[in-house]
Amino acid sequence: MLELEIDGKPVQVDDGSTVMDAAKKLGIYIPHFCYHKKLSIAANCRMCLVQVEKAPKPLPACATPATNGMKVYTHSPAAVKAQKGVMEFLLINHPLDCPICDQGGECQLQDLAVGYGQSASRYDEEKRVVHEKDLGPLVQTFMTRCINCTRCVRFLDEIGGYQEMGQAFRGERAEIMPFLGRTIDSELSGNIIDLCPVGALTSKPFLYRARTWELTRRRSVSPHDGFGSNLIVQSRHDVVKRVLPLDTEAINECWLSDRDRFAYPGLEAADRLTTPLVKRDGQWVEVDWATALEVAVNRLKSVIDEEGARQVAFLAHPMATVEELHLLKRLGEALGVGLVDARPDRLDARADAARGAVAWLGMEYADVAALDRLFVIGSALRQDLPLLAHRVRQAAKRGLEVAALDFVADDWRLPVAPRLVAKPSEFVARLAAVVRAAAEAKGVAVPSAAGEAAAPNEAERAIARQLLSGERRAIWLGALALAHPDAAAIESLATELAQISGATLGWLPAGANAVGAQLVGAIGAETALASLAQPRSAYLLLHLEPEDFADEMAAQAAFERARTVVALTSYAGEALRARADVLLPVAPFTETSGTFVNLAGMAQSFTAVVRPKGETRPAWKVLRALGAMLELQGFAQQSSEEVTAEALPSGWQTRLARTGVSGFSAATWPSGEGVERIPLVHPYARDPIVRRSPPLQQTAEARRLRMARLHPDTARALNVAEGDRIGVGMGCVAEAALDAGVPPGAVLLACDETFARAGHPWAVLTVERA
Amino acid sequence: MLSQDSLAKIDREIAKYPEGQKRSAVMAALRIAQEEKGWLAPETIEFVAGYLEIPPVAAYEVASFYNMYDLEPVGKHKITVCTNLPCALSGGVHAAEYLKEKLGIDFGETTPDGLFTLKEGECMGACGDAPVMLVNNHHMCSWMTKEKIDQLIEQLRAK
Ligand code: SF4
Ligand code: FES
Ligand code: FES
Repeated sequence: MLELEIDGKPVQVDDGSTVMDAAKKLGIYIPHFCYHKKLSIAANCRMCLVQVEKAPKPLPACATPATNGMKVYTHSPAAVKAQKGVMEFLLINHPLDCPICDQGGECQLQDLAVGYGQSASRYDEEKRVVHEKDLGPLVQTFMTRCINCTRCVRFLDEIGGYQEMGQAFRGERAEIMPFLGRTIDSELSGNIIDLCPVGALTSKPFLYRARTWELTRRRSVSPHDGFGSNLIVQSRHDVVKRVLPLDTEAINECWLSDRDRFAYPGLEAADRLTTPLVKRDGQWVEVDWATALEVAVNRLKSVIDEEGARQVAFLAHPMATVEELHLLKRLGEALGVGLVDARPDRLDARADAARGAVAWLGMEYADVAALDRLFVIGSALRQDLPLLAHRVRQAAKRGLEVAALDFVADDWRLPVAPRLVAKPSEFVARLAAVVRAAAEAKGVAVPSAAGEAAAPNEAERAIARQLLSGERRAIWLGALALAHPDAAAIESLATELAQISGATLGWLPAGANAVGAQLVGAIGAETALASLAQPRSAYLLLHLEPEDFADEMAAQAAFERARTVVALTSYAGEALRARADVLLPVAPFTETSGTFVNLAGMAQSFTAVVRPKGETRPAWKVLRALGAMLELQGFAQQSSEEVTAEALPSGWQTRLARTGVSGFSAATWPSGEGVERIPLVHPYARDPIVRRSPPLQQTAEARRLRMARLHPDTARALNVAEGDRIGVGMGCVAEAALDAGVPPGAVLLACDETFARAGHPWAVLTVERA
Repeated sequence: MLSQDSLAKIDREIAKYPEGQKRSAVMAALRIAQEEKGWLAPETIEFVAGYLEIPPVAAYEVASFYNMYDLEPVGKHKITVCTNLPCALSGGVHAAEYLKEKLGIDFGETTPDGLFTLKEGECMGACGDAPVMLVNNHHMCSWMTKEKIDQLIEQLRAK
């Protein structure tokens, strides 16, 4: 502990603290630009100069270590003189374009210039001009405004994990830029907009859309992945104009993934559904709610009456809220429908059914920092959960060793070693070998699940050794592993491995409310995806479009054959319009209250941030109305809070799984000539909102995922070169990209419209030059 | 991209630093690459960065920071004139003016015959010898009066 005095006030701080830390503790504000609590100290803006007793010159508070007995003055004449001097220098080259600058009203330079600047400049020479850089579809530059604080550079390097920006040239010519001709492709890139203290980096989709003071701000929770980032949604006239992070240390800290930040244009997509529609003689007719509900009820009823409720399935997107899923489940139960499920990406329902307990991360996010060893199985970690990957990245800097068994060795921008890659048909066997290696290394009996495993190779042994060393260990099952046809066998092996190594088992299911869906029981005896193999006669869909299934074509075929499809949806997408009979406009997350339970087991409720568009209604109310019209019990809740309380009765946390299932073995993989598909869940196509966000669709990542990725050896054997047009599966043509991270004999095809016609997500495909 | 010879030289530089500190060799590696290629094209910088396992922009930061790296093709003889303060006070700027006039080019330009490139330099640590010039980063010329400049140009033309 150190004791010092700032502006006459005594304060105690930990060893290693800076004067800035001490001042913050006292609540004393020291002006600054380059300092940021989450980034390394650069001390290059000099705005934080303070007077320190006995120091001959003013010192930068952000970089000056606090020492015992130090006396600091942050607002003494000497300090203020130094600060004003710095401000004068900063303003020399800064343009006076605040009236046309998007940062206006939320600009640190503007604010501090009011306090420390002069009303006129003594500099009448020419100001410097810096050319714009094209950073991609998300971040707009006005580089002349840059004050070279390097926050953006440090962020991309330290938090993003790869230095995509740098400070080139020198002195007066210094410029912040990516490498020549490159864009900024980090999935966290939007954060540099928040970090930039001036208007040099601003939001491209928000450019010139509104002034900050005109916007209404409300808290919300991200519906795009299970991390549960907290959002500030800003709107004007009930239109969402911008999404910013809400500083929440236990979850997203002060960051946001690009997906969470830039999905909002999707809310205003041209195909937003704003009135109930009913199909009559093949034509869509606008009707009022009462009529639409009546038609929906009658259609469902007639199928139930004629064919039995087992012939009906209620399927939902795992982005649906706890309240919606709870009422959907209750409605399904009351009617006795055959299936209520919210897993459109998964095939194997055995593990969830046998486990009973709810699959979650197995720990809080803060615990990730304390891990020593982590083994990730089958996860596209960076695409699936950008900010969880960030937490792992920071932990890795402090000594966490990360190993992985992957379907594709994508760059996670953090050290992953050892790293195994296996194609889908060999995945279970490789994991079994790791289990066997761990049992052998530990000197315990090889569990029967891994009994038939081949002798482990060196990499498998290395993973086992790594996992057995270290104190705090975890094993995570990624969304791709959970989507694998043999997911239960994979989980069984992971459970064994966790037992042998003493690791905590965690699950990373896809969907913002995948944990909540399990809690309310919106998971059936088979998964939504698997159920497509036996099409039902009637479907009720909640926030779910055919595109949300890992097998879009199968979904379309099933809906085509159904006698009736009633969709509760925010969009009248083409696929739904073609196959549904009733479209009920329900609110996306911004227009309803609701709750998501994130992967760390935190239930987060939110309220509507804007008024529902047109005739749109919150889905929980629509489901309540359906229940009431069907004269069922338990649909009389007065508020969404009442539904929440019902859905999550106290003590629900005890249902979070402590261990996985065991005893499931793998089915034999269909042998066949061809290339095995790896069905990556597309980061920007995984829900109806992100799919409709133009800026996200223009990102380098989205462009990259429109290509079919093959190992160079596979490509050579098929006589395919980089950039060739190739046909994959049934009637789907795409550009080939060579990627040594893809296992030989496999092809990585993301699940989106490009590869919708490729067939079954885990199919063995023919690949040939088109 | 680079010859075996250059790569061997870069490896020698890398070996001077502890394991895992390849990036420390970035200045030497860029110098070696420039010696082979004549200048540092973006592809060359990217290659060097890849070889040292650092992001390309990290190598570009270094290549653009230092004067002696050429980010554009240069003529056969690159003459760098120091115009920093001590030199400026002792005729550095005049020497540069004379050169510009004589070669018919400005700083950063190359004569049409591709023989000469003129560059403005920073202090070369030889302020006492002002005006000073550096030819092709290696050959230092002191006390450059008009006569000596004429001589230098003659010699270089003859090469
Ligand atoms: S662009 Fe913004 S964040 Fe980056 S260095 Fe310039 S002022 Fe700082
Ligand atoms: S904030 Fe301290 S020098 Fe920039
Ligand atoms: S100022 Fe020219 S050599 Fe030092």
